[in-house]
Amino acid sequence: MMLHPGILALILGSTISLILLFYASALGLIIMAHWDSTSSSEEQLLLERKTYLISTIVGMILGFHLFSGLLFLYTIDDIHPLFVGAMCGTGTLNANPIGWLALLSKGVIFFAASLWIIVNSLDQTCEDTPLVRYKYAALSVLFLLFGVDLLLQISYFSGLQPQKITSCCGSLFGAGSTNVASELAALAPGKTMWFFYSTAVSYLGTILLCLTYHSWFLRIILLVQSLFLLPLSLASIVSFISLYIYQIPSHHCPFDMIQKNYYFIGYPLYIGLFAGILFGLVPGLSLLLPKAESLEREINKRERRWLIQAFLFFSLFLTISTWPIFSGNFRLFAY
Amino acid sequence: MPPIIKTQQVNKYYNRHRADEVRALADVSLTISQGEALALNGASGSGKTTLLSLIGGMARPTSGTVSILDKEVSRLPERFLADIRRQTFGFIFQQLNLIRDISVLENIQLPLYPSAIPIAEMNRRAEEILTRLDISTKARLKVSALSGGEQQRVAIARALINRPQIIIADEPTAHLDSSLAGELLEILSELNREGKTVVLATHDPFVSSHRLIDRIVRMRDGRIIGGATG
Amino acid sequence: MTRLLKILEYSLCSLARRKFKNFSIIIIYSFTIAALASILLLTHSLKEIAINVLVDGPDIVVQRLAGGRHDPIPVHYAQDIAKLPGVGRVNPRLWGYYYDSLYQTNYTILAVHQDLPSLEMVEGRMVAANGECTVGQGVAKAQNAEIGDELLLINSTGVGYSCEINGMFKARSNLWTNDLILFTEKDLQGFFAMPAGLATDITVEVFNPREIPLVAEKIKRLFPDTRPVTINEILHTYESVFNWRSGMMLTIFASSLIAFSILAWDKATGISGEEKREIGILKAIGWDTSDILTLKLSEGSVISITSFLLGISVAYIHVFLLGAPLLVPVLKGWSVLFPPLQLAPYIDMYQIFALAFLTIVPYMASTVLPAWKSAITDPESIMRGW
Repeated sequence: MMLHPGILALILGSTISLILLFYASALGLIIMAHWDSTSSSEEQLLLERKTYLISTIVGMILGFHLFSGLLFLYTIDDIHPLFVGAMCGTGTLNANPIGWLALLSKGVIFFAASLWIIVNSLDQTCEDTPLVRYKYAALSVLFLLFGVDLLLQISYFSGLQPQKITSCCGSLFGAGSTNVASELAALAPGKTMWFFYSTAVSYLGTILLCLTYHSWFLRIILLVQSLFLLPLSLASIVSFISLYIYQIPSHHCPFDMIQKNYYFIGYPLYIGLFAGILFGLVPGLSLLLPKAESLEREINKRERRWLIQAFLFFSLFLTISTWPIFSGNFRLFAY
Repeated sequence: MPPIIKTQQVNKYYNRHRADEVRALADVSLTISQGEALALNGASGSGKTTLLSLIGGMARPTSGTVSILDKEVSRLPERFLADIRRQTFGFIFQQLNLIRDISVLENIQLPLYPSAIPIAEMNRRAEEILTRLDISTKARLKVSALSGGEQQRVAIARALINRPQIIIADEPTAHLDSSLAGELLEILSELNREGKTVVLATHDPFVSSHRLIDRIVRMRDGRIIGGATG
Repeated sequence: MTRLLKILEYSLCSLARRKFKNFSIIIIYSFTIAALASILLLTHSLKEIAINVLVDGPDIVVQRLAGGRHDPIPVHYAQDIAKLPGVGRVNPRLWGYYYDSLYQTNYTILAVHQDLPSLEMVEGRMVAANGECTVGQGVAKAQNAEIGDELLLINSTGVGYSCEINGMFKARSNLWTNDLILFTEKDLQGFFAMPAGLATDITVEVFNPREIPLVAEKIKRLFPDTRPVTINEILHTYESVFNWRSGMMLTIFASSLIAFSILAWDKATGISGEEKREIGILKAIGWDTSDILTLKLSEGSVISITSFLLGISVAYIHVFLLGAPLLVPVLKGWSVLFPPLQLAPYIDMYQIFALAFLTIVPYMASTVLPAWKSAITDPESIMRGW
């Protein structure tokens, strides 16, 4: 199973990322041990220069990771004909349940790496670099996450047995099953829609309030809403948004919408969702950073942009999810 | 006039704590006022170039402080120093240090590439300076096709494109004949009259005695031996 | 964004100024990509062609096994299979392979009903009576025969057998018919000494494709000595085989990828004195380390993308215009009689994407450290003339 071009590319990319990140983490630990921002010695200068290398490596790895996430989804779709019963990527994931964990790890890494890059960027614009120790400690955690991701991918792809019969989205998300996915698909669409839209609208409202008022309490609310809204949105995609996109009352698959036959609508949908949640997390999380005057100044400067980005991206997601409901011929509640 | 550059008890070591350790500057304290034209005078190895590097934000002192426009820059991370270098200083190097395989226009605009200034504005500024220095007809030519005097003017133009407050020149007349040297000093005088601070390192008595120079600071073995206070 | 675009512009000029150094990297990089891309394009094209052919094949092919090996199947099995619900046409097939030692080629001999209508892809006419045959282009070429000539074969008892060629398949159908010979049923049974009442296998039509696995299961239960092979299993097998082959070739080429990465590292590390001086000047006049890094990585990206596009183009020409002469022997399989196959230019964007990932990632990774090393050049070095 491993000798498939897409799988080889994924494993190679992940291995290279892990090696680079290992090097970066090791450098980070050295920097943490010897950093002295009050010193102007040659050693301190070299440590500062090494921070550029680490930033570049992590930025590059995040770029690889985003592409590898797409490649992963396309690969599981490409190999689905090899599995009896599989009609799309969902079937391939079901052929070895570790696949779902591998997918989850990619999502976790996206958020972890993006947040690291934002924190790093904040730190580098402060003259006294107040976050050096914290961010390089966090880098070791990032390294572990990448390690887990690689292990999960290898375990998943090597454990795939084409002769085994798998279930596809029809049965996975179907009425008869008793797994999490079918529970999601079986959520009453009406109630789910109501719940989703009220949470989504209140999320946008909280963002607008954060733009107007400088309250830490609002930012905490926004953080909690973001954490809650991500799984809710994913559940809603399975529960009803997919139905309107595919215009079929039984097609709940969250992956088909990134394919050509649905005009790649999944891309702006998922980009809007993930970016909208990411930028909504940042203002609240920044409250957890150590207190430093230079840092607070920088956060205040950028916060407005984060909030606007969260608003715009999430609105994009909301628009794409909602548009088919009003513009298509499909009527869910006639069934 | 208010001080624009101030150094206090600055020491600079190279290869610190190693067998080949060199103390390039020793307890140097110097104040330069805004609009002043100052010459650093001394033999080779006296520390002039090192002091220029520190003043110009290209290096950090081992100890002591350097302030530029009232901002202490001695412990600033490199990226902040680079910003200050780009926004505040114009450099004229001893070897001119132009990039020979690119055009005059591209050479002049180099300091502005990493900035957010749009290309149209970059072109406008370049055109303005080229005209002022009378080399606008040479804009598209490669630097290697220019005469010595023209190259010198390109180097000056590059130093002026970002509208700096301070011009730093390291032995600017070292490879010039007296006529070109005189031309260079006239241009620097004009810039000084416009309010720019000029700091030159030189051991050429022709430069030190020019009417441009307000003050001469003498250096030997990494120390200031005269002219520290203006 | 403005800053990025301006630095990108400078990086393009910088690359153009160092033509020879960058040219050598681009050539080697493109060649590596062309090799990998040729493998992917060829296997994908072959796979698509094969699947297009197979997809119109029978829903189920029932074979009989004796001692785990293929054995002729009783024709009467077809009658019982036809009674299963959901089953359409059931056809016992008589066919076999023949190795012509004289011309050292393999043929496929198939028996057809004598009342088969003439086909557009046959020049002349279809076999109508005993002693006649219809042949594919490859067979005719191997035997140097035309319509009206005699086809000479040796049967299973070592006796010579001849039949008159009354029809020949046209070249356009070569993918299906190149090595094919059509006999009447009686002639084939006589040629292979196959007793009456037996067939090579039985094809089964199933009305509802979703029922195919179920019908196959029922056939197996009805006749435990059979092996029903479904069309999906055949398609899966072909997919697997092609994936495996292309994956295997890619793994072999991994060594060239590693060698290239080492070369890229070496080239990137070997920064010339002139380049070092230039970076020193840029740092001195206000460029930051991150600006230089952006410059170097932009250069790397431009080289990657240029080499990638060049490599893909070369691979396209190699596979679809020249017929992949360097790769075909490995990938085509065991059959001796090759139809002169015109590969259809199927391009799978997913595979291109996978290839981009396979080649660009190692290159960027191997140049990041050298790029950083050159970016941390001391701005003071220019003041000192180092």
